[in-house]
This record gives sequence, structure tokens and C-alpha cells, in this order.
Amino acid sequence: MTRAQRESISGYLFIAPQFLGFVIFVLGPIIAVFVFSLQSRSLLTGQSAFIGLDNFRRMFIDDRLFLVTMRNTLVFAGGLVPLNIALALALALALSRPRSGLATLRTVFFAPVVTSAVAWAIVWRFLLEADRGLINQYLAILSIEGPNWLREPGWAMLSVIVTRVIKNVGLNMVIFLAAVTNVPEDYYEAATIEGAGPVRKFRSVTFPLIMPTTMMVLVITIVGSFKVFDHIMLMTQGGPGHATTVLVYYIYFQGFQVFRTGYASALSVLLFAVVFALTIAQWSVRKRLSHYET
Amino acid sequence: MRPDAPATARRRFQPRRVLAPLLGSAVLLLIAVPFFFPFWWMITSSFKTATEVFADPSLFPSVWRWRNFIGAFQYQPFARHYFNSVYIALIVTFSTVFICSFSGYAFARLRFRGRSILFVLILSSLMMPAEVTIVPNFFLMNYLGLTNTHWPLILLAVLGAHGALATFIMRQHFLTLPSDVEDAARIDGLSNFGILIRVAMPIAGSAISAVTILTFLHSWNLFLEPLVFINELKLFTLPLSLNNFRDAYGVPLWHLQLAATTMSVVPILLVYIVAQKRIANALAFSGIKG
Repeated sequence: MTRAQRESISGYLFIAPQFLGFVIFVLGPIIAVFVFSLQSRSLLTGQSAFIGLDNFRRMFIDDRLFLVTMRNTLVFAGGLVPLNIALALALALALSRPRSGLATLRTVFFAPVVTSAVAWAIVWRFLLEADRGLINQYLAILSIEGPNWLREPGWAMLSVIVTRVIKNVGLNMVIFLAAVTNVPEDYYEAATIEGAGPVRKFRSVTFPLIMPTTMMVLVITIVGSFKVFDHIMLMTQGGPGHATTVLVYYIYFQGFQVFRTGYASALSVLLFAVVFALTIAQWSVRKRLSHYET
Repeated sequence: MRPDAPATARRRFQPRRVLAPLLGSAVLLLIAVPFFFPFWWMITSSFKTATEVFADPSLFPSVWRWRNFIGAFQYQPFARHYFNSVYIALIVTFSTVFICSFSGYAFARLRFRGRSILFVLILSSLMMPAEVTIVPNFFLMNYLGLTNTHWPLILLAVLGAHGALATFIMRQHFLTLPSDVEDAARIDGLSNFGILIRVAMPIAGSAISAVTILTFLHSWNLFLEPLVFINELKLFTLPLSLNNFRDAYGVPLWHLQLAATTMSVVPILLVYIVAQKRIANALAFSGIKG
């Protein structure tokens, strides 16, 4: 046996466990989800029948709850993404200067990222309780009557968005921090000589140079916001009414609570399409912007 | 008074120079409150009585009730749940490090037909999050008789999208391995397997630690999978267990729940404080590539 042959046999053996796993637990299921989406299928009775595109027709035409879900998903993403990115960037800029004490703050802002979503949701559920929750007790000291945060439609959405941002913003902050510290010091010096103030420096130096990072962070955050589940499940269970029912929660609800797994699969296909489109967008943007990367 | 006196005075005291950073720090500290306070509240409240948790917004419990921590174990098989989470996370981490080192090494250093297409295929799982395939995976696990076991939590974590990310990290690392090292090992008569185990992996510490951190946290925090695949109490992992502190009427047992939550969060937090740079970098990397 030649060396090249031995090398290629080793290669196949080395990737075999993961590749088999990929075929069984990723590729197979993704094909299956497309097949299931064309079926009427019940987890309860175990029966299934081919119904063509009925699930999708139902989704877009008959199912009012689906429209509500899509609206909620967009509101959630539309609220979370700008808030998360603006805060992450602001924190990164504020913490990028080397000053003692800032390192501690960095630790604090990142700590929720390593904490489990369950723990985070449990604690915030307590803090946001109507009459006895701490937030409202403190607001009462200021003679403000706080709302029933998690049980009034608009407030519930705001609460899940804000607590989710606090939980995850540290991750984007660290990514931005790396990008901001990578901007060469000479550029700022040149800008200072030209008489640029801090705002102008940000607009003309920092912002264009961290553009590739910003685009990436943007896509990751959008994808993440479309995949949100644990947070919703634990804080509001999609309620009150269906005010916080978002796409993945709805997949879970249809598939595992009312056992319409065919319909849940059609919803999963939609989620796949969204994630797929965003990933492709990310790749093409990264390619186009890569001339900025040093 | 000399005419230039006011000018000197102005140069000596410049309110903008002194106040602006102070104001900036104050704003930063204020923003930090909602990041820090939940931890503080969780830990201190876990020592309070059930009524005291809500009774007054005090920052400290009136009496430090260590009993809550014992109560959490008595109320439900919390020790078992804790053990389940630990052992599953360890198995997942260990298997991921090995399986993904092997495939990462093959994709980086070994030549075989179809290498790049197979790599792209495996990377494509990053576009297929667990949420998309949860329904068919449920049928698959059910068919294999693996629902209500820990197998789905292990198999899907190691071989799903997360495993693809780990393979990517290992591959990127092995690409930087100098070929002299490999050649020297080959002259010494080592096989490809030997080179990976005895030469390449021992010097891949940074990549392995990144994979370890990411994988452990991923497994530790899994929520959808246990929720879907497990309904037997003794098989619960921590995320399910924490949410299960309710009395027979469904009323949450706040003090026990908070004590249990504290016990699940604090060890991770301590590890984070010790190794924060490494952990933050690993997670940021996964954010960029995942």
C-alpha cells in the first residue's frame, strides 16, 4: 500500500464517526422535515398521510395564530437586534480604553452570557412579578405604579426583549471589543491632526473599519433572535394570550403540545428557510467586505 | 493682578477634563446594575424564607437560612439531576474533543478524495439549528427507543451543529501545525493516528480548551432537547429540574427554587471568574463562526 493510499484511508476513518453522525442526525432529519411538511402527521396516533402543500396553505391563509406568531417574531427581532447591537457597540467603545476598573465591568457585562437561560429567566420572573416583584417595589418608592410586566401584552414583549438583551449583549460586546482594539492607533492620530473630535473619529475611522464585524454580528444576532425559545418558554409560555408566541415556540407548541407534527414540520421548513437565507447573506456580505479586513 | 492670571487658572481647572470621564463611569456603573443585580438578588434570596423572598426588597436576608439548600435536595431528586447534568456534560465534552479532533485533523492535514465537499457538508449543519430538526429527531429517537434516556442529549450535542463548530475550530488550529513536526514524527515511524494522538493533540491545547469550554456550556445549558426527549423525573437535567420546584398545586416554592438555581449557577460563575479571558474568547469565536 502506498503512502497516499494509507493517508486517504486514515482520512476516511478519522471523519467516519462525525460523518455518520451528520448523516443520521442532521442530513436525514433535514430531509425528513421537508417530507413531513407535506404530510398530515400526528404524534398522538402515529398516523401520517400525504397532503401536498396543505400545511403551507393553512399556514399562510387559514391559521390566524401563525400570522400573530410571525408578527411577534418580527417585533421581537426588530426590538432585540437594534437594542443589542447599539448597546454592545456602546459598551465596547466605552470599555476599549485601558483603564483600571474597566476590566471588572467587562466581567460583569459578560457574566450573564455564561449563565444558563433557565436560571436567568427564573430570577427575572421573580423580579418582574406584578405587586411583590422587586422592580415594582422599587418603582413604588418613586410613586410609580409598575405594570404587570409579564402578563400584559405589550409589556410582556418588552420584558422578554430587554431581559434577553441583558443576557446576551456581552457576547457581541466582546466581539466588538476585539474589532475596536484592532483599529491601528495611527489612524486616530492622523484624525486628531486633522482636527477630528471623538464623534467624527467614530464616524470616519472606527465605524468603517469595524464594518465587517458589524455585519457579522448583525446576522448572528438576527439568526439568534429568530431561534429564541427557552427564554419565551420560561418567562411567558408564549402568553399572555399569544402576545409573545414566536416561531420556535410555535413549532414546539404545534409539535409537542397539540401533536400536529406535520404542521410543526412545515413551520420548521420556514425557520430553515430564514436561517438559510440569512447565512447566505452573511457569506456574500463577508466576501464583499473582506477587503477591509487586515 | 496680572492680566494673564485668568488664562492660567482656566488651564489648571478644566471641568470637562475631570467631569466627563466621571460622568461616563457613572453611566457605565448604572448600566451594569441589571447585569449584576440579578446574581446578587438570586444568591441573597436563596437564604430567605418563602415569604421573605417577596416581603421586602432588602438586600440581605434577615437570617441566613442554609436550610434552603438542604430543602432543595429533599423536595425532589435534585442531587440526581445535578449528577445527570454533570455526567452528560462530561461525556459530551470528552466525545466532542476526540471525535472533532479526528475529523478536524483529517480535514486539515490528510489528503483524500472529496475532502473539501465533505467538509462543506459537515459545516452546513451550522445552518440547520437543532430547532429545525427537532420534530424528525424526535421520531428518530422514538424509533430507536431512545426517548426518555440521556442518549438524545449526548448524540445530538456531539454530532449536531455544535459538533460541526468544534470540528471547524480544530481544523483551523491543525492548519497552522508546522509540517516539519509531522514529517519528523513520520520519520520516527508514527502512523497518522499516532501523529494525531502523540504529537498534534498535545500541542493543540488552546483549541482543545476552547472546544471544551464551548461544549461544556452548550451541554450544561441545553433546554429544548431535555424538554422534548425526557419526561421521567429521575432523568431530568438541571434546566428541567430548576423549573420543577412547585408544590402539589403548581405554586412555585421560591426559596427552594432560588437555592437550587444558585447551586447551579455559582460553580459556573466561579470558573468563569477564574478563566474569564479564555471563556469570553472561546464564546466570541463561536459567535463569529457559528
